[in-house]
Amino acid sequence: MEETEKIVEEAQQEIATAHSSRALYEAKMKYLGRTGKVTALLKGMREIAAELRPAFGKKVNDLRTRLETLFASMEEKIKARELEEKLSGEQIDVTMPGRKHARGALHPITRTRQELIEIFAGMGFEIFEGPEIESDYYNFTALNTPADHPARAMQDTFYITEEFLLRTQTSAGQIRLMEKKKPPIKMLSPGRVFRADDDATHSPMFHQMEGLVVDRHVTLCDLQGMLDEFARTMFAETSKTRLRPSYFPFTEPSVEVDVSCAACGGKGCSLCKGTGWIEVLGAGMVNRRVLENCGLDPDEYTGFAFGMGIERIAMLKYGIGHIRSFTENDVRFLKQFQD
Amino acid sequence: MKVPFSWLKEFVDIGISAAELEEKLFSCGFEVEELTYLGKDVENVVTGRIVRCEKHPDADRLTVCTVDCGERGEKQIVTAATNVFEGAVVPVALDGATVKHEGGTQKIKTGKLRGVLSEGMFCSGEELGIGDDFYEGASVNGILILDMGTPLGVDIRPIVGIDDYIFDIAVTANRPDCQSILGIACEVAAVLKVPHDGFLPPCPYRAEPTDVKFTVEVKEPALCPRYIGSYVKGVSIGVSPQWLRRRLALCGLRSVNNIVDITNYVLLEVGQPMHAFDRRFLHGDTVVVRRAAAGEKIVTLDEKEFALTPENLLICDADRPVALAGVMGGLNSEIREDTTEVFFEAASFARDSVRKTSRALGQRSDSSARFEKGVYPVFPHFGMERALFLVGKLGCGTPTDKWYLPRSCDLEEPPRKTIETAYAAIDGLLGIHVPKEEVNGILERLGFQIEDMGAEFIAHVPHWREDIDAFPDLVEEVIRMYGYEHIVPTFLEKAAVTHGGLTPAQKAELRFKEILAEEGYCEAVGYSFSSPKDFDLLRLPADDPLRQAIVIKNPLGEDLSVMRTTLTPTMLENVVRNVRRGNESGRLFELANVYHAQNLPLTELPEERKHVSIALWGEGDFFDLKGAVEALGEAFGLKLAFVRGERPFLHPGATACLMLGEKEAGFLGELHPALAEELALECKVYLAELDYALLAKKFKKGIAYHAVPKFPAVERDLAVVVEEKVTCAEMEACILRACKAAQKAELFDVYRDARLGEGKKSMAFRVTFVPDPAAEKPLTPETVEGYFRKIIGNLEHNLGAELR
Repeated sequence: MEETEKIVEEAQQEIATAHSSRALYEAKMKYLGRTGKVTALLKGMREIAAELRPAFGKKVNDLRTRLETLFASMEEKIKARELEEKLSGEQIDVTMPGRKHARGALHPITRTRQELIEIFAGMGFEIFEGPEIESDYYNFTALNTPADHPARAMQDTFYITEEFLLRTQTSAGQIRLMEKKKPPIKMLSPGRVFRADDDATHSPMFHQMEGLVVDRHVTLCDLQGMLDEFARTMFAETSKTRLRPSYFPFTEPSVEVDVSCAACGGKGCSLCKGTGWIEVLGAGMVNRRVLENCGLDPDEYTGFAFGMGIERIAMLKYGIGHIRSFTENDVRFLKQFQD
Repeated sequence: MKVPFSWLKEFVDIGISAAELEEKLFSCGFEVEELTYLGKDVENVVTGRIVRCEKHPDADRLTVCTVDCGERGEKQIVTAATNVFEGAVVPVALDGATVKHEGGTQKIKTGKLRGVLSEGMFCSGEELGIGDDFYEGASVNGILILDMGTPLGVDIRPIVGIDDYIFDIAVTANRPDCQSILGIACEVAAVLKVPHDGFLPPCPYRAEPTDVKFTVEVKEPALCPRYIGSYVKGVSIGVSPQWLRRRLALCGLRSVNNIVDITNYVLLEVGQPMHAFDRRFLHGDTVVVRRAAAGEKIVTLDEKEFALTPENLLICDADRPVALAGVMGGLNSEIREDTTEVFFEAASFARDSVRKTSRALGQRSDSSARFEKGVYPVFPHFGMERALFLVGKLGCGTPTDKWYLPRSCDLEEPPRKTIETAYAAIDGLLGIHVPKEEVNGILERLGFQIEDMGAEFIAHVPHWREDIDAFPDLVEEVIRMYGYEHIVPTFLEKAAVTHGGLTPAQKAELRFKEILAEEGYCEAVGYSFSSPKDFDLLRLPADDPLRQAIVIKNPLGEDLSVMRTTLTPTMLENVVRNVRRGNESGRLFELANVYHAQNLPLTELPEERKHVSIALWGEGDFFDLKGAVEALGEAFGLKLAFVRGERPFLHPGATACLMLGEKEAGFLGELHPALAEELALECKVYLAELDYALLAKKFKKGIAYHAVPKFPAVERDLAVVVEEKVTCAEMEACILRACKAAQKAELFDVYRDARLGEGKKSMAFRVTFVPDPAAEKPLTPETVEGYFRKIIGNLEHNLGAELR
């Protein structure tokens, strides 16, 4: 029985010198493989007397178990070591730059427009887009702007023909919608508008957003309530609005709407020129003639309309100083409006 | 509208400061754009009498004066002025004073002049910012010598008329009546709740009878709804009194002579442009208002000659034009030094007519500016009354008792407009309750007469308020005077609930933009108009439909004169601007309308069609741009195909047309190298323009769900050698047509080598075979092999491919 001990001893030596899983596997095969030493012992059982066989068999099996345990424990060690080596070889410099996908951005006008749309859509406004080249009727006449009104002077409006022009205001959308749809109406009409004005603070093309509400019993109080809600959502939770008299041909009464300066909280600063208020939009109760022009009975329905410049809102919101920046399309400007 | 505080105070009792009045005006709808204190640059300047003048011991040109400054004591002033004398009363700037100096201000301090103490400085009119119009003698070159009776030691500002404010008021377009001192006075009286009686103050004057008869004929009553003439005899032309000249000067007008000054004064005070003719030059004592004949000429007061058209309205005498109606008088009939008889004109001309004439001739005047804002028919009457009153007041002539009117109008006041409404209607529009007494009080203070009938009332509208024509106008009058701070914000308490939000098409458009942004493109916004030269830049042939652009009649310049038919030129301009600014690479897109006319000139609204323009320069190439287009296609379920195409402005070998079914939906390609060179672009630029409207029609609607196949797909690679001219798309189509199971064929390698042969290339595809979803067993290797052989066969047969 010294033979088994000898085998164990030999195996232990081989295990100790096996430095890789491959070498260990080969060593294991030498003892436990099909042609291995333990297998050979079992094969030799035929030559042993029958009565001795059970004891011999047990011994060989014990030997197999011992060897298997020895190999298994070494296998585990080697695997752990090899994994260790593999991982340390795969170390990367995690401070190297990541691989990025170039990202673009929506234009600040689109972003602002979308923000406005979301505020008003939440209050039940549908979005209506009218044509940019308009007829005189929709842009002026139906909006109670008589033919010799100063707002129609050639220096303000781009004309294509006597009859067709580039719309000067998104208010034109009011008429188109009211002709198609009966109250209750809550409409928002955003889009490009054009004025023959080109200087440091005016662009010949800019964007407006017109709002219109027509229903029974709509009041000036409702107008201010809605604009308060708009100011709070768009600017600051504490924002307030202030109405003051103004004039637009298509509203009566007409008001200019100031929002309390979000930069100073209404205390007065350079942004609001010390007044605490910033002029943001024009509004008013829809003129009876406008309702009549759209076939609505002004004794039954009232409404309010408001209009704002999207550039102006964006300039206030992001602190953009020049209206030119919006159409220069400098990628360094545009990239800042990434999501 | 410039309004001097002192002028306003002549008509309204104002008990508050200028700053307080500014706030009051703001609250009722008149924003004061600028409030200027005339004496702001003059401080610590008092009156003083020179009691002794002595020669300076060390300087011949200097005089040492002892000045009695009343309560401020006796001062010693050294002066270089030569017009001072003992006994003269002069303005004295004391130590620490400020005076005007060369457009700015100057501080005056006690100091020594050639060793002699000087405790201040004498002031000239210029140093106080005034001329003769403010104080007689202020324009002389030297020290201002004041009246002998002037009290001593008092602030100089009230003495010389600069203790006053100018309100520069923004008047809204609906209130031409407030383009005048009297109009603003009405508003001030109403907002301050002080008694005020109508628009025009009493204008008493003595008129004499006359035998002189003028005839006035208006041939265009629509362009001249009202014309009043009046004859003044015994005129003596002279300088206007200083108070009148000062008021003109405060409002920026130059004094000419008493009669002309009266017309300008009435323009400012009443808001009625007037004109004065010398009767001698008004042939036949006749006035005819008519359109000019084509080519007819007139020389205006400023000695400019104009050739006219029938667009222009003329005032003529029996023989010839004597004034350009509403714009300027003629040189031939102007008031001269020896004028003794005057014919005053006060008329109302249609504002559009005056505007057109003024614009067309490039001739503007205070009168035309005023007419363009609108002059109501009641104003000529007001103006004439005031002018004749002033003639009497100045004693520069004798008004006569008859006014000359054309047959087309009479002096009878038109019936006052009335509005009948209910107090509840006012509350209904506002949403708050305004007490009836407030409503009545406010309207009455504004000149309305109110007939209170209990729940309802009738408002009689004042003649000078033609802007009022329905009850909401009354609502505005009430709330702007009652105060907008009374409005209580509410949130549509009685209105119906509505469903809001973007339509599916609007959502898709936003998503489209977001995808391009995710692909690395920044959104641009360009003007909707561009230059007709852009079509030449793009080398478009003369008959290219893109050249059929809609033209703006009054553009800001040629560069912005045609409506875009393509977005590419603007995009190219964006690229050039970015590169010039050092942005060496970038990606941009714009989604905007192009405009296509059905007919030119337009007879109906043109088609506005959304296009999207995409550009990439610096980093990236054609396939990056194509990848973005493919990403859009994938996101919206579009079956896009790319075929070789051409555009005159793109590289002939690197241009593709985008096909959506049978229709062309745009192009993409590399900017033509010759054009790049012309634009000094050293980097390569890739451009695409897609017909968004066409693509949007085919956007997938919602999600089309398909059951996932039970068995996995099988991929096989295939490499064949083909002629150079065979395209990837042809290969792909051929592979996919071979069998239904082949659902994807992706090119992964192209290889060229001399061993393959001249003009040949090897192309390797990975083909994905997908089993039928209904199949009950997986694809067997034998089946796939069958498909594969069929594909090879087709490629050999159709495209002359050889298997490698």
